[in-house]
Amino acid sequence: MSKQFASLVFLWLIATALPVAAYTLADFPFDDPKKEQEFRELTGKLRCLVCQNESLAASDADLAEDLRREVYDMMKAGRSKEEIIKFLVQRYGDFVLYDPPLKPSTYLIWFGPGVLLLIGAFVVIRTLKQKKSAREKTLSAEEQQRVEALLNTASETQGTDK
Amino acid sequence: MGRSLKFLIPLLLFGGIALFLYKGLSMDPRAIPSPLIGKPVPEFSLPRLDAPGEKVTRKDLLGKVSLLNVWATWCVSCRAEHGVLVDFARTHKIPVYGLDWKDDEAGAQAWLERLGNPYVAVAFDKIGRTAIDLGVYGAPETFVIDKKGTIRHKIAGPLSPQLIEDELLPLINKLNQEG
Repeated sequence: MSKQFASLVFLWLIATALPVAAYTLADFPFDDPKKEQEFRELTGKLRCLVCQNESLAASDADLAEDLRREVYDMMKAGRSKEEIIKFLVQRYGDFVLYDPPLKPSTYLIWFGPGVLLLIGAFVVIRTLKQKKSAREKTLSAEEQQRVEALLNTASETQGTDK
Repeated sequence: MGRSLKFLIPLLLFGGIALFLYKGLSMDPRAIPSPLIGKPVPEFSLPRLDAPGEKVTRKDLLGKVSLLNVWATWCVSCRAEHGVLVDFARTHKIPVYGLDWKDDEAGAQAWLERLGNPYVAVAFDKIGRTAIDLGVYGAPETFVIDKKGTIRHKIAGPLSPQLIEDELLPLINKLNQEG
């Protein structure tokens, strides 16, 4: 089997396997394609509590199915996105949100990377400045004389060696 | 900082990272803090698994400190926990309520008959709607409910004699003394 053929088969496997792992949207029919898009986006932003690295949209867990149904029913009943998110946060906490809200307990998550970046920038700038000033340092007249004297003696001793 | 102490910086950084990672080892990512602690038990009215035709409602939980244990026959750790619950119900004078979550009715009844029934009443939540209101995301889960019907504590995962001794009994004693 050629390499190209193998990779084609592999691609085909991936392409056909994905829809099997996820649920089918056919279970959740919408008349309005905009609503359907909203449903996809919303369930994609919510975290499944059983398989914590999967969204509600992607998870195959039983609870995720129940919660999708719950979200679907609420959307059908005309509840807003904010209302649905509030419903879930009241029961499961901020943990269901992939996008945590800004509040004191989440300051570290929101600002931590920025603070680290600032510290890093500070260290880099300081180090570069130190290097520059070290390079620009010129010798005083006295030091210059000493250097020359040393160099002279060095070349004399080299001469005698040979 | 003096030049002499500079060599300590990487050491301190390493120490800090090691501390966080070490702490992470003993943390349970499944233990998600429940936002329902301090909130009243949500309204519910479900058929009783152990007494067909009757209902269990929120009102049944009022007026005493109680446990509400979420379980199911498909849940392996519930099987391991069951004996602990039976012992607990025998030795402590606190009613334990059950919430049978998305289960097979006949199978669940057979389970109680075979393994003993620690519950004063079991609510049968076939579709799991009450479980969603309780923020249940896995079984078993156990809620400690005070006399006013407020959720005071939640334990995710199976109860053990150790956990009951260290965590539950002190809390129950405290709640019993509340008016």
